[in-house]
Amino acid sequence: MANQQSTSENPRVDLDYRRKKNAEDMRYQVITFSLMIFLTLIAFAAVGFGDLSNWFVVPFILLLAVVQVIFQLYYFMHMSHKGHEAPQLFLYSGVLVGFITVLAFMTIIWW
Amino acid sequence: MHAEEKMTNETWPASPEKATLEAKNKFLGFWFFLGGETVLFASLFATYLALKDKVPTADHALSKDLFEMPLVFLMTMLLLTSSLTSVYAMHHMKNFEFKKMQLWLGITVLLGLAFLGFEIYEFNHYVHEYHHSFTSSAFGSAFYTLVGFHGGHVAFGLLWIIVLMIRNSKRGLSLYNAPKFYLASLYWHFIDVVWVFIFTVVYLMGMVG
Repeated sequence: MANQQSTSENPRVDLDYRRKKNAEDMRYQVITFSLMIFLTLIAFAAVGFGDLSNWFVVPFILLLAVVQVIFQLYYFMHMSHKGHEAPQLFLYSGVLVGFITVLAFMTIIWW
Repeated sequence: MHAEEKMTNETWPASPEKATLEAKNKFLGFWFFLGGETVLFASLFATYLALKDKVPTADHALSKDLFEMPLVFLMTMLLLTSSLTSVYAMHHMKNFEFKKMQLWLGITVLLGLAFLGFEIYEFNHYVHEYHHSFTSSAFGSAFYTLVGFHGGHVAFGLLWIIVLMIRNSKRGLSLYNAPKFYLASLYWHFIDVVWVFIFTVVYLMGMVG
């Protein structure tokens, strides 16, 4: 959803258009929020009520967390908009280093 | 576009958070910082996972004894909702509606304060009811470092937003302060991103065992 609005020389003309575009963008944000609440509820329910095995629940709630964070990054933090190539590079580099760190600590540390 | 220029509805640009060179630089620098924060929190998560439930004697409380779902659920809802209210604030910022932006930022601050209050209650509860403290075990150190660092970020984010609101209360929106508000809201969302992993990895996985 690229919300890169018009940059025409006469902004007076597309003020209405921009307002409408912003309102539309906000509606998507609210939908995103509902989805995030929904994912949170499922994660808590899977642990609280579900009589499920740990082998299923742990990867399942981790997956829900990853999906929710993608929503947060791409919609709330606007990473889906144009001009976010450098932010993506920075963030994914951080995620990569972070992932390797977690992997290392979980496999080579024991006592 | 000049940063201090008095703006109107018509002259307010579509992306005020990136309209000036300074704003563009801030935007880039801030995302670079967030990449670094990702690594910081990942290393704290890694430490926590390595030291989870590592206690010296059997009388120490473990994660499945400590965590209670209702409190974590409430805190999660508070922080998630505060993320949405700051989206509303930035929506009004883009529409050049200063008063409405301030109002939604105020709601965000109140939700954040409530979250912080519950976290302080939680830590206090663990220390006094379970003798689960920073120095009681490796598990305790890792837990309080990770969750406490996040709580520290919440406290700093609140302070940041409050200072911006007060400092600019009589100035109105300009291309000088719009990027400041925008970056503070990005920081606030990032805090929620970290919390999503904390409630999943620390609390929910802790309750599972």
